Amino acid sequence: MINAVKREIPEFIEGYGKVKPFMGAYANIGDVVKTSVKIKSVKPNDKKVLPSIKDALLKCGIKDGMTISFHHHLRNGDYVLNMVLDEIAKLGIKNLTVAASSIFPCHAPLVEHIKNGVVTKIYANYMSGPVAEAVSKGLLKYPAIMHTHGGRARAIESGDLHIDIAFIAAPTCDTYGNINGVEGKSACGSLGYAIPDAMYAEKVVAITDNLVDYPACPIEISQEYVDYVVVVDEIGDPKGIVSGTTRITRDPIGLRIAKLAAQLIDEVGLLKDGFSFQTGAGGTSLAVAAFVKDIMKKKNIKGSFAAGGITGYIVDMFEEGLFKALFDVQCFDLKAVESYKNNKAHQGMSASMYGNPHNKGAVVNNLDVMILGATEVDIDFNVNVTTGSNGIIIGGSGGHSDTAAGAKLAIVVTQLTKARLPIIVDRVTTVTTPGETIDAVVTERGIAINPRRQDLLEKLKDSNLPIFTIEELKNMAEKLTGVPEKIEFEDRIVAVVEYRDGTVIDVVRQVR
Amino acid sequence: MKIVRPAKAGTMESNDIYIMVYPNENGNEIQLDSIVLKQFGNQIKKVIMDTLNELEVENALVVAKDRGALDYTIKARVETAIKRACE
Repeated sequence: MINAVKREIPEFIEGYGKVKPFMGAYANIGDVVKTSVKIKSVKPNDKKVLPSIKDALLKCGIKDGMTISFHHHLRNGDYVLNMVLDEIAKLGIKNLTVAASSIFPCHAPLVEHIKNGVVTKIYANYMSGPVAEAVSKGLLKYPAIMHTHGGRARAIESGDLHIDIAFIAAPTCDTYGNINGVEGKSACGSLGYAIPDAMYAEKVVAITDNLVDYPACPIEISQEYVDYVVVVDEIGDPKGIVSGTTRITRDPIGLRIAKLAAQLIDEVGLLKDGFSFQTGAGGTSLAVAAFVKDIMKKKNIKGSFAAGGITGYIVDMFEEGLFKALFDVQCFDLKAVESYKNNKAHQGMSASMYGNPHNKGAVVNNLDVMILGATEVDIDFNVNVTTGSNGIIIGGSGGHSDTAAGAKLAIVVTQLTKARLPIIVDRVTTVTTPGETIDAVVTERGIAINPRRQDLLEKLKDSNLPIFTIEELKNMAEKLTGVPEKIEFEDRIVAVVEYRDGTVIDVVRQVR
Repeated sequence: MKIVRPAKAGTMESNDIYIMVYPNENGNEIQLDSIVLKQFGNQIKKVIMDTLNELEVENALVVAKDRGALDYTIKARVETAIKRACE
């Protein structure tokens, strides 16, 4: 069948099940039911601290075919996923489903567990590195399922993704399972992505390298959800957990793109008091924040909030009074961790509060402007951030689709060409985010506005900004680079890309 | 033109191509490594071969390490390497 972004999708996918095709970004919002959770309640004298991961696994009744979950706040410094899987493999368990909010190069040992049949299915919102390559080459028995950050929360809350055991990497944990991310040698700040896991998994195990006396305050994940606590030497490598500083690009092309994007935001009239904003941590995205900051200061604009994964740069804007509050699902650097710990209006949020389309209103719905990246954009404004143009998985939506759907103005910032590859193409390799939710594409050579947004085109009709159609931008790129040859794929589906509402927006096939 | 010694041109920077030229026994030969091999491998080889033909080079081994160079960059780097490799 053909879905609403013109992708041919099978009605049934082996190892995934019956497919609900993507029908449109807002077609599937309304009455929903949240699932119930089976838990084992505790008696007053029960103890939660166990001597080892193995003890926790046995107490949780680990067995073949279970689903275990992880969150990615320790990013490319995470030790917890590898430690837990090594213990599980030693017990001879097979056919596990790993539901990790993201998978990074540090999770390379997972490839062996895939080859040995310990892990046969993966859910992730983002994956890069050796595991992503292994999946792309078809090593995983069943297709990987790629969610968005909000879509993962939705899947967990609805019961689509049932978690048997959730493992929470806890920078600080007390003896009764209260967790926070702001203290301890592995402090990573907000633990937003782990919250649905903690609330909806049957068993929850906190793994910590900083066990403290009861109670650990502040409490981000509370004792009412946590079954067991295990102490290990280190839950992660601080160097990989948070970067020391996040920097604005110095590349003149990136700066040009960022300046155009900031001018666009200003010219369409969104830069005014009460402004809300989100941007990623990439160099060009951060540069947009820098130019937006200049305009806000010049015009004396007081914004409402900035959201997302928070960087030091956004903290600076907040501390200078440009925003009243920050919503933070994940801290990207030490400055963000510090601010999250100390500033009352630097508010944590769960993955569900951030982007779940099936709750009573996510933060993304209140965004004025979202700055997004892209590996490819097509002439229907569909964006690919899942696969590289060689067909290998290099990422995934994360919050891309969620914020694009929620924001009043979703802007993709990208170079027109990258290393000879035209970024604007006829048809993206994989659709991650549907074009109907993308309002503008800003490149160093010009800006394209989605023709669905006639209101924006009307506002910009006397603008000096270099505005083109998306086809004109595509032709400019191809004139420079030539038309790339088509990549060939096998028939086998290696990953299913779910939109935030749980419908299938695209599939990734095995690379040849 | 006749290749009399090995020569090179270009860099390994992004969007450039590093070209090494050696004397060869039987005609022109290209060994290409590229970050966009799947998408542009044939086009890059064609530009290199066309440039060799234009310069009337008959026995060259061209080893190319491409980092996403555009056609005119490839042509310029090949031409420079060839001129350095000749008398």
